[in-house]
Amino acid sequence: MDERYIRNLGALTEKECALLRTKTVFVAGCGGLGGYLIEMLLRLGVGTIRAADGDSFEASNLNRQLLSSPSALGRAKAEAAAERAALVNPDVRFVAIGEFVTAENAAQLIRGCDAVLDALDNIGARRLLARACAEEGIALIHGAICGWSAQAAVVMPGEDLIDRIYPEGARLSSKTSLSFTPPFCAALQVALCTRLLAGRPVESGRLFMADLLDMEMESLF
Amino acid sequence: MIEVRFFATLREGRGKITQVPAEEASTAGDLLRRFAIPAEEVAILLINGFHSKPEDAVKDGDVISLFPPVGGG
Repeated sequence: MDERYIRNLGALTEKECALLRTKTVFVAGCGGLGGYLIEMLLRLGVGTIRAADGDSFEASNLNRQLLSSPSALGRAKAEAAAERAALVNPDVRFVAIGEFVTAENAAQLIRGCDAVLDALDNIGARRLLARACAEEGIALIHGAICGWSAQAAVVMPGEDLIDRIYPEGARLSSKTSLSFTPPFCAALQVALCTRLLAGRPVESGRLFMADLLDMEMESLF
Repeated sequence: MIEVRFFATLREGRGKITQVPAEEASTAGDLLRRFAIPAEEVAILLINGFHSKPEDAVKDGDVISLFPPVGGG
């Protein structure tokens, strides 16, 4: 076994580590959640990461987005993700796509992946991604943040969790986010994703919600 | 009494839990109006742990949980 994965052993079996190296995941978004998801998946040692984001860094990203820095302002987020991947773990095949997830490209972006990780920042794109996952028969690892709050869930094809947690007309009232909320949420998502990819049992259709202000964790549905 | 539990940003200015006399609300929507919460700012509305809608009836002893949309990334 490659020495870089030695500390995975114990928490994961050698067979599970080898299995992870065969997996392809799609990360939708390379911003707050996406940057941390990519970092954790790279170090965990999946086989291939495909990541898409059509956005570029701006100063308001600096309080929380791992891939952002003052010198990266104006640069494409997907390009910064590819650079980070080459630096952190060149053994992982990384495919950067400088596009937003749309109704036109969603199915093509995720096709052939073993899991899709949601790092989007709006409800409309989440609905599109969830629909594409259902149609392609791929598990979606949902994650979302606001202020001190984070939520994550595994949504298997056929489950309607995204429609239930974002009912018609639901509106995001705030874009606030702190430095520690995205990595916390990304950790929940990657833990769920690891269980799924390693073939371990995973509770799907259940929403895990964390309130880091009051230090509370709820599990809904 | 009906117990109303607020979560995340809905706690601002409202606290975590409050009790409302049962005769003052017949639906979950009545409770939203009472606490000046626009319906679009509630993503998940549970009555006794079950996924519900503002038009659903509430009664004495019910526990209503309100969660805002969390959608950033």
